[in-house]
Amino acid sequence: MEHSMKYLMAIYGNDDVWNSQPPEAWQQIIKETDAHNASLFASGELLGAYGVADQTAAKKVRVVEGTRTVTDGPYIEAKEYLGSIYVVDCDSLDRALEIAAEMPSARFTDIEIRPLLHEGKPDV
Amino acid sequence: VSFATVTDRGVDPLHASSIEDLLRELAPQVLASLLRRGSPFDAAEDAVQEALVAATRQWDRADLPRNPKGWLVTVARRRLTDELRSRRASRRREIDDAQRGPADVQLAPAADADARPAGDDTLTLLFLCCHPSLSQSSQLALTLRAVCGLSTGEIARAFFVPESTMGQRISRAKQHIRDSGPQFVLPDADEFDARLQVVLHALYLLFNEGYTTSAGTDLVRADLTVEAIRLARAVHRALPDDGEVQGLLALMILNDARRAARTSDDGSLVPLAEQDRGLWDSSAIEEGVALITDALTRRPLGPYQLQAAIAAVHVEAPSSDETDWPQIVGLYELLMRIAPNPMVTLNHAVAVAFARGPRAGLALLAPLDDDPRMATHHRLAAVRGHLLELAGDAAAAYEQYRLAARRTTSRPERHYLEARAARLKAQA
Repeated sequence: MEHSMKYLMAIYGNDDVWNSQPPEAWQQIIKETDAHNASLFASGELLGAYGVADQTAAKKVRVVEGTRTVTDGPYIEAKEYLGSIYVVDCDSLDRALEIAAEMPSARFTDIEIRPLLHEGKPDV
Repeated sequence: VSFATVTDRGVDPLHASSIEDLLRELAPQVLASLLRRGSPFDAAEDAVQEALVAATRQWDRADLPRNPKGWLVTVARRRLTDELRSRRASRRREIDDAQRGPADVQLAPAADADARPAGDDTLTLLFLCCHPSLSQSSQLALTLRAVCGLSTGEIARAFFVPESTMGQRISRAKQHIRDSGPQFVLPDADEFDARLQVVLHALYLLFNEGYTTSAGTDLVRADLTVEAIRLARAVHRALPDDGEVQGLLALMILNDARRAARTSDDGSLVPLAEQDRGLWDSSAIEEGVALITDALTRRPLGPYQLQAAIAAVHVEAPSSDETDWPQIVGLYELLMRIAPNPMVTLNHAVAVAFARGPRAGLALLAPLDDDPRMATHHRLAAVRGHLLELAGDAAAAYEQYRLAARRTTSRPERHYLEARAARLKAQA
C-alpha cells in the first residue's frame, strides 16, 4: 500500500561540477531554487532544505578504543561530496522523483533520493 | 470513547465521555451548518476551529451549555461574519465590488434550525475533504481538521511533520476545496460510487496510520485509529445498505481488537501466531464479526468485505493452530479475482503454506520474483524467510530475514526481522 513517506534528497557534486556553472548562472540557479523551495513549502511537502558548507569546513569524528579522534574533511579521494540536503514528505516515490527533477541542480548533477525509515509497523 | 452516546440525531451531551469527544462529534455538524448557508469552505472551517478552541477554554464538564451545538454554531458564525467582513473590507480597498450583497450568514435562521442526521453531514463533508483532486496526505489532514475537529498541531504531531508544514498542507487544501465550486451537496449518482471509493480509501489509510504505529510511543497516533473508526461508523450510519462500507468498518474493528496483543512490553512486534489471544478485545470481536457476517450477504462483494472476512476467521480461532486456513485460502483466492495485486498473492502464499505445508507456499512465491513491484520488496524476503524457517532450512531463512531487514523502511519491522534472524543464528 502506497502511503506518504519522508525522503532525503542529497545533491552531490565536486569543484568541477560547481565550477561548470558561471557566477551569473549561479545567481539564476539560486533564484530558481528559492522559488522551488517556496512552492514545496506552500504545498506542505518540504520539511527542510539546507545547503552544506564547503568541504574544507568538514570534520570527521571517530572513537577508537575510547579515544576521540577528529580529522579534517571527507576522504580526499571522494569523487563527489555532499552539496545540500532536503527532507520532503510526499505521497509516493513518483512524486519524490518529480520533485527532484524540478530542482535546478538536477540539470548539472545527480540528486540522490533515499526513503527515510518510519515508525510504522507492518500489519501482524 | 463511548459510541453508545451517538444517536442518529447527534450526541447526547450528558453521556459524552469528555468535552473533547463531544466537540469532535459536533465539529462536522457545526461546519455543515455554516456550509449549508453557502459560506466559503476555508473561512467556515477556520471559524469552526476557533469556536472549538473557545469551547475548550470556556466549557465546564459539570456545567455544559444547554445546547452545545447551538453554542458552537453561534460562536462560529460570529467569527465567520467578522472574517468575511474584514475580507470584504480589504477587497473593497482594491476593487469596487458593488455586486456583493450582505453575507447571507447574517440573515441566517436560528443556530440549530437544521435537524438532519449527523451521519449525513459527516458523509457530505468527507466527500468534500476527500476530493479526488487532493493528494492523499492532504485528504487525510483536511479530514482530521474539518471532520474530526483536530487542531493543526495535533495533526502535525500525528504525522511527524512540523506544524508549519501541516498548516501549509491544510490551508492549501482548504483553498482548493473553496475554489473547486459549490459545495455542500453529495456527488451526483453517476460519480457517487467512485467518490465513495476515494473516501473509503482515505479512511482505510487513516486507520492504518494509527494502527501500524507503536502503541504507547505516541498516543496521538492511536487517536487516528479511533477517529477512523468513528468516521467509518458515521458513513455506515449514512449508508447502512452498502456492504463495502460495512466491510471496512468491520475490518477496522476486528484489526483494532488485536491492538493490545500486537506489541510486547518493550514495544517490539508480536506476530499473529504468537499473540496472547486473551488480550484481544472480545466485545469488539463480537461486534466486528456480526458486522461482517451481515455485510457478506450484500452484493457485489468488494475487497474490504473479503479482508474483513479473513480478519474474522483469524480472530475466531481459539488458537493459532486451530485457524481455518483452507477457508482463508479460499477468501484470498476470491480477493485475487476481484482485486488482484502482488500483496494479495503474497498473503495467499502464506495461507497456502499453513494449509498445505511451507513448500507449497514457497512455490507460489516464485512468480513474484519476476514482478517488478515485488522483486525487491522487503515483504517478499520476509515471507520467504518465514516459510523457509517453517520448512526447516534455517540457513536460507537467516539470509532472507537479513535481506528483508535491510530492505524495509520501517524501523520497528527492521528490529523485528533482525530479531528473527538472531533467533535462528542462536539455534544453529
